[in-house]
Amino acid sequence: MAKRIDVSGLTAYYSAHKAIEDISMTVEPRSVTAFIGPSGCGKSTFLRTLNRMHEVTPGGRVEGKVLLDDEDLYANGVDPVNVRRTIGMVFQRPNPFPTMSIFDNVAAGLKLNGQYKKSELNNVVEKSLKGANLWNEVKDRLNKPGSGLSGGQQQRLCIARAIAVEPQVLLMDEPCSALDPISTLAIEDLIGELKERFTIVIVTHNMQQAARVSDRTAFFNLSAVGQPGRLIEIDDTERIFSNPSVQATEDYISGRFG
Amino acid sequence: MSNVVMDKRPSTLQGARLPRWTPWAVALGSVGAGLGISAAAGLDSKIQWALIAALLFVLVNYALGVKVEGSRQAKDRVATSLVWVAFLLAVIPLASLIWETISRGVKVLDGYFLSHSMGVVADTEPGGGINHAIIGTLEQVGLATVMAVPVGVLTAIYLVEYGRGRLAKSVTFFVDVMTGIPSIVAGLFILAIMLQLELQPFGFAGSLALAILMMPVVVRSTEEMLKLIPNELREASLALGVPKWRTIIKVVLPTSLGGITTGVMLAVARIAGETAPVLLLVWGSAFINNNPFEGAQASLPLYIYQQYANSAGNAAAYDRAWAAALTLIIIVMILNLAARGIARWKAPKTGR
Repeated sequence: MAKRIDVSGLTAYYSAHKAIEDISMTVEPRSVTAFIGPSGCGKSTFLRTLNRMHEVTPGGRVEGKVLLDDEDLYANGVDPVNVRRTIGMVFQRPNPFPTMSIFDNVAAGLKLNGQYKKSELNNVVEKSLKGANLWNEVKDRLNKPGSGLSGGQQQRLCIARAIAVEPQVLLMDEPCSALDPISTLAIEDLIGELKERFTIVIVTHNMQQAARVSDRTAFFNLSAVGQPGRLIEIDDTERIFSNPSVQATEDYISGRFG
Repeated sequence: MSNVVMDKRPSTLQGARLPRWTPWAVALGSVGAGLGISAAAGLDSKIQWALIAALLFVLVNYALGVKVEGSRQAKDRVATSLVWVAFLLAVIPLASLIWETISRGVKVLDGYFLSHSMGVVADTEPGGGINHAIIGTLEQVGLATVMAVPVGVLTAIYLVEYGRGRLAKSVTFFVDVMTGIPSIVAGLFILAIMLQLELQPFGFAGSLALAILMMPVVVRSTEEMLKLIPNELREASLALGVPKWRTIIKVVLPTSLGGITTGVMLAVARIAGETAPVLLLVWGSAFINNNPFEGAQASLPLYIYQQYANSAGNAAAYDRAWAAALTLIIIVMILNLAARGIARWKAPKTGR
């Protein structure tokens, strides 16, 4: 199920502005990789290049290679729609579809793509909601609108929606930054369970969160405002937080930054 | 500690306040004073005493505020009074318009009036009805809506979801230009084509002119509604591997349906009252013509105009014109309510 991602020499632009430069890394399957770094260093941009969401922004374009098990996402003839079905994404702010019920939100990926059997739909929704640890809270109100849930529940609904299409990789862009500590804990537990099945990449501003949930951590930085962001180092989380090889990483993690 | 005498120092947080009924009392007083002054000065116009009353209302409120509460609250009172005066200025014409139309319109408005055409009844005689005009209006406006709404909504989708660069800019520009086209010009444009093709007046020609008038309104309102949809929703759908066109149809349009419907209804209301293009292109007729593609047709605004113009002060024609006006208002209102019903039924659901 889970696939490995190999990035080599990736540079991303917003029109003429170079947002990230020359990033190479490997994301291991069935593991959690965390991206940390100061605001504006291109973590989210880099995350969005991994499922070709970057080019949705007007003026967004990419140079370099992203290999998903030896298949280049940016090769000619690759359909970004297929890429996004393989590599799912959870956003910073919970964004359930306001016109749809909880059930339809989870089923949205399948329904909107028109590739589903009615009989399977119930199973998929139940499995996904259970996978997102939300089933017990919403099983009696599946037909109620998703926007009536609390923020933490909405975010888990979005995770259920993302895993319902059975992606290989799950990208999470600061999934807990809008949530309270209890909901955050629920989602961190969930990430721990999901990594059995998916390759997970998570962007976070919360150092403790990166240390708690991830197996590997990548530190991004930018040399000055307006300069493109770069990957400083990527290593096992334990090593990054105890004995990083670059001084800047240690400064950032210990709060002696800037 | 209960026997400690409370310190009676004035609070620094509480200020002197006028009682809540002050604005009402001032309003009553101003109206009274306005009437009194007009009577004393021998002014017989209703507008004059109302203006005096409004002016007094604002001034007295300000003076009271300054004296009792201080200048900041006084300014607040002036702003509030101005809002009330403006509200009344807006409501009085509306209320009087509805009152006039209803009280004059109900005289001849009955089942017979709605189900019969003018036929051979002369404009100066009593009798006859507006069935032919209702049919004409519904068909012409319906056809115009069927043409203008898809084009308008698709144009708005292009502008918001796809349009970049010069083409989008020029489309926006021309939509703005189209918004300013007077209805008679749209009518003349179609008339020129009709004369070229040597066609006789017919309902659909009117629909074409009405569609021209309707399209920019639909584009503009739909565009604004689509812009309100947060990008996060589009991205959520795209990230699920849903193609862009499906995202637009299944996520963006349903979310903005309520607003789009309101915009379309405003546009329908606008063209339902158009007289000039119908006069040029459809001509009007006293007989029922169910076929909008052949022969002259009537329409409600045109009927109202013709009854008034041809009546020569005749009471029967006058009554018919008012009844037709009332019918037109009711039709537009029913359409509006129906559309709002649909929009509410389909709108994003909140609540738990």
